[in-house]
Amino acid sequence: MASRIVVGLKDGVRDARGERVRREILEHLGIKLDAVRTIDVYTVDAQLSDDELQAAAQGPFSDPVIQDYTINQPLAKDFDLLVEVGFRPGVTDNVGRTAREAIQYLTGRPFAEGDGVYTSVQYLLSGDLDKETAEKVASGFLANGLIQRWTVVSRDEFDQTKGLPAQPPKVVSSATPQIREIDLDVTDEQLMQISRDGMLALNLEEMLEIKGFIADAGVQKQRVAVGLGSKLTDAELEALAQTWSEHCKHKIFSAQIAYEDEQGGKETIDSLFKTYIVGATRDIRAAKGDKDICLSVFKDNAGVVEFTEDWSMVYKVETHNSPSALDPYGGALTGIVGVNRDPFGTGRGACLIFNTDVFCFASPFYDKPLPPRLLHPRRIFEGVVEGVEHGGNKSGIPTVNGSLVFDDRFAGKPLVYCGSAALMPAQLHGRPGHEKKAEVGDHIIMVGGRVGKDGIHGATFSSEELNEDSPVTAVQIGDPITQRKMFDFLLITRDRGLYTAITDNGAGGLSSSVGEMAEDTGGFEMHLDRIPLKYAGLQPWEILISEAQERMTVAVPPKDLDAFLSLAREMDVEATDLGTFTDSGYYHCLYDGKTATYLPMAFLHEGTPQMKIPAKWEIKQYPEPTASDLPAADEALETLLGSLNVCSKECVVRRYDHEVQAATVQKPLTGVDNDGPADGSVVRPLFDSFAGISTAHGICPRYSDIDTYHMMACAIDEALRNYVSVGGNVDHVAGLDNFCWCDPVKSERTPDGEYKAAQLVRANKALYDYCLAFGVPLISGKDSMKNDYQIGDTKISIPPTVLFSVIGKVEDIRQTVSMDVKRPGDKVYLLGDTKAELGASELYTQLGFTGNAVPTVDAPTALRRYRTLNRAQQAGLIASCHDLSDGGLGVAAAETAFAGGFGVQIDLRQVRCRGCLSDMEMLYSESQSRLLVTVAADKAEEFEKLFAGQEVSLLGEVTEAPVLQVTDIAGNIIIDRENSVLKEAWQAPLREL
Amino acid sequence: MSQLGAQQVRAMVISGNGTNCEREVANACRLAGAEVADIVHISRLLAGEVNLNDYHFLNFAGGFLDGDDLGSAKAGANRLINAQVVGSEQTLADQILEFVASGKLVMGVCNGFQLMVKMGLLPALDGDQRQSSTLTFNDGGRFEDRWTYLKVDADSPCVFTRGLKGIYLPVRHGEGKFVTESDEVLEQIEAQHLSVLKYCDADYQAPTMEYPQNPNGSTAAIAGVCDPSGRLFGLMPHPEAYVHRTHHPRWTREELPEEGMGLWLYQNSVTFIRENLL
Repeated sequence: MASRIVVGLKDGVRDARGERVRREILEHLGIKLDAVRTIDVYTVDAQLSDDELQAAAQGPFSDPVIQDYTINQPLAKDFDLLVEVGFRPGVTDNVGRTAREAIQYLTGRPFAEGDGVYTSVQYLLSGDLDKETAEKVASGFLANGLIQRWTVVSRDEFDQTKGLPAQPPKVVSSATPQIREIDLDVTDEQLMQISRDGMLALNLEEMLEIKGFIADAGVQKQRVAVGLGSKLTDAELEALAQTWSEHCKHKIFSAQIAYEDEQGGKETIDSLFKTYIVGATRDIRAAKGDKDICLSVFKDNAGVVEFTEDWSMVYKVETHNSPSALDPYGGALTGIVGVNRDPFGTGRGACLIFNTDVFCFASPFYDKPLPPRLLHPRRIFEGVVEGVEHGGNKSGIPTVNGSLVFDDRFAGKPLVYCGSAALMPAQLHGRPGHEKKAEVGDHIIMVGGRVGKDGIHGATFSSEELNEDSPVTAVQIGDPITQRKMFDFLLITRDRGLYTAITDNGAGGLSSSVGEMAEDTGGFEMHLDRIPLKYAGLQPWEILISEAQERMTVAVPPKDLDAFLSLAREMDVEATDLGTFTDSGYYHCLYDGKTATYLPMAFLHEGTPQMKIPAKWEIKQYPEPTASDLPAADEALETLLGSLNVCSKECVVRRYDHEVQAATVQKPLTGVDNDGPADGSVVRPLFDSFAGISTAHGICPRYSDIDTYHMMACAIDEALRNYVSVGGNVDHVAGLDNFCWCDPVKSERTPDGEYKAAQLVRANKALYDYCLAFGVPLISGKDSMKNDYQIGDTKISIPPTVLFSVIGKVEDIRQTVSMDVKRPGDKVYLLGDTKAELGASELYTQLGFTGNAVPTVDAPTALRRYRTLNRAQQAGLIASCHDLSDGGLGVAAAETAFAGGFGVQIDLRQVRCRGCLSDMEMLYSESQSRLLVTVAADKAEEFEKLFAGQEVSLLGEVTEAPVLQVTDIAGNIIIDRENSVLKEAWQAPLREL
Repeated sequence: MSQLGAQQVRAMVISGNGTNCEREVANACRLAGAEVADIVHISRLLAGEVNLNDYHFLNFAGGFLDGDDLGSAKAGANRLINAQVVGSEQTLADQILEFVASGKLVMGVCNGFQLMVKMGLLPALDGDQRQSSTLTFNDGGRFEDRWTYLKVDADSPCVFTRGLKGIYLPVRHGEGKFVTESDEVLEQIEAQHLSVLKYCDADYQAPTMEYPQNPNGSTAAIAGVCDPSGRLFGLMPHPEAYVHRTHHPRWTREELPEEGMGLWLYQNSVTFIRENLL
């Protein structure tokens, strides 16, 4: 019989959580309540004596200073309606897991199989509301029906003596594990039915390929030899679907594309990935020769480049869009702790040093009706921000850099980019740290969390658009503490040399991780029945592909097995021996001694047929605003500073620990009041060295509306100029490309597929062209290709978006330059020419226009500028440096002024222009590769000498009076605004979120 | 104490179960002059492989013990109180009390402070380990990373803050509001000058209840507390996060000494050990 331990605050203790919930219910749902109070409930389903229950309630579960508790009696009183929210069966309950451990420490004995502790929260709502409204509060804010269940009780219905009954959300399954056979000797239509029903995301060509494989006489013979029948097993079909999924195989990036440009010129591209991405890195590395910094590119979980003689840096950026659309908190939390495992599991292991995050949302103030199944952007905002907060903060990894990008098309699918960097020993046990190789005979060891039904079909799910049938099991909730314990353990075993290879269990679970590692040896034998489960009743195929989190797979040589497993026991980390890597050539899984899969490794990894995609580019023409559409310069500036894309993101940044590990030298908030927007970030990861690592990013989806070629070029330039702005060495930097696209394959559902495919081609062409021109090798990346929402006739496609992230070296972190002006009297210079490029600018967007003159990038000129800037920084000539992005010169000047607490005076007559006609173009054009720098008067001469012959304009100076003053072409003052006014416009929009 | 080596100041930082700041705390101890600053995983202490008695200075670093799932550091405190050390009749809490009784130093930062308070190690008014205070959710209901000015009580017995007037350090927490079980407890804390650090204005003049200078609504603006001996000290702000000038959020615009203010606390502890324990 389960018991309920109920814990609530004593009378008179402030309930900050309840107050916050009350505020948010008002903000999210517009429902005003008098008060919300909260109570925690632990449903203990275990064999415990009354004394032990009492001890648990009194000890770990409650705080005697501020809390009261009861056992199997209610605490709730003085409410109008009570909502209790708990998890559905099988959903990860981190608090429940900790509560269970706490009881075990208390009693000194382990829980029996199947026993557990489950948590729920009671919200006591007071105010003028009925049950229906409370139901709305529950479903609309307090709970997410996909993962949680709730009970609503009115005051009159509430049992004052017993409270609510104990109902542990236990997974009950009577299913017996079995291996099913699937008959593929059926019609094409039935093949597709099998794919759809099983959420396999395999297309007909692939199903036919599999059908052909299993019908082969030679294959049949081998199967009989291992005790299998003539039909494919469910586990085999699932393994193929995982391995061949868009998510894992990148079918679109590997496709053959027939591209036609706007002039009718045609070409065939055999794999965008090989041609443009791998191609760029190959050509750059060849050109750099012995200055090449790449150590490991594309082949591992993350890219690796040189840092110092003894250390290498590792970086990976991932997306977790689809899960975040369904459960923003769990999706984003899993996104960040998931991407942590990538650099950690690169080479033979690396220690995590920072996280980055970039989110693309619709406006949190979105007030149009939403199509079914979509959560309100504000709820997504809140959930995603909190998920990444918990994932990053609890893991002890600083979040040093990020962005929020707003466009209402992201209502269809939010984009959640999570990045993670790590430091790896350059040499480890006499071999480069970035090399790994499982050997024949090594044991397959799974470390970390247990396996449940969570995340089944995550890989295939994210390869499809969001629709009615999107599965709830695709959502997982990460557990940063289990992961942290696993990392602590694995770093020790790495340093002791106890394993030969490591990789993460992400998309596709063990099916993918073991399958990939086994490519080293050419086969494996794995026993699915040995895998520890969260609860009974999983089928062998589910065990194989479950994406349950916090797991790594390592290859441990037989001689090190005992040492590895005994240290795991000592450190309270679960590690299980699942089988061995072999050279059999087969992907061989067994369950209770019976073969569940027997697939040739070659078929699994090379069998997928190449897609063919048509692509046709056309140039679209958009209306241009006329002079009468444009506001006054000063009015425009305040509008721009208050636009969602430009405004302060402090409300989010402060929620992320950006300085744990005591290495963050350029923090995300900077300036005289610690609240200005830093360009890039700099960390000093080694206590005994002043060498630093800088990271920055570029993302400009608006430009995709005009031309994705220039969108890509601008994203690369934006990342580099933010990086260089703080002091990153432009000759020691690597890039990561993360594509998020809408479905680019022409079909009935995607009639404009040819155009979207052409957009993809053009972005890739720019990626190649500009990486080469800047000398920035690509080391890792990812694509997420189905960011559409389609239910009924409603289709929302995101704007084609690429996040370009860079990581590189700062020779000496003491030369870091921040973006805030430093002293009155300093000279203000603009680096780079300004062109009439307001197409898809923030200004035009605010005015409701797209325009046509999208910014273009002149890479050779920009590169020379960045190199010279690096020299000026090293010579200590630069007082402040701020990049020009959304909102151009006007916004940059305002930001650098109010961040520094002094005024800035600039004269537009001094701006070097190419084809600019108006003040508005000079102020708000988003021409690329430009930076606003200030230089002390006594260093101006040396600075100007260094930049002789380059595109430099002396615009004015820093003033004591905290006012931004701009003189126009005619010599009139067109902007004259106090810093405080501008800063308020910039800080107000998201302050309360 | 002969096994400690004649002149070695030996510091230990406990890691594991969600502790995050162990490396920078060990670094701060080393920079302050400790000859030994070992990071010891709690499993090694529980396995009896490492002995607390071999050290002078015990550090509980920041982090999220067990995810703070039952309230900050609650599950962590439960572990130390209940888990037996292999090969002994003692729990780790028993060993820590022995360590304290022998005149040694303990500092808890952030989650480490929460742990000490919830184990009853602080403020330990009558020398007993009854929990009389707690750290709970910030009034704002959210985690925050922000730098704060801290006024030092010059009359405090705290050995870590000797000679200091004010320090500037970051807070990074969601549960940092200090609360006592009664007004009497608060009065005693104040009367004995155990409320070592208080959130204050930028001139280190007056404690404040104003947000954001006081980031969490802490009672009497309390940011750090010591026990009556002054050898046990806990604080929400992170001294290990400001040991070099480039940690300061405005180092690119202000003239600052090379050493950060947080380092002073560790230097004081090393000095105390050299003078009293070696």
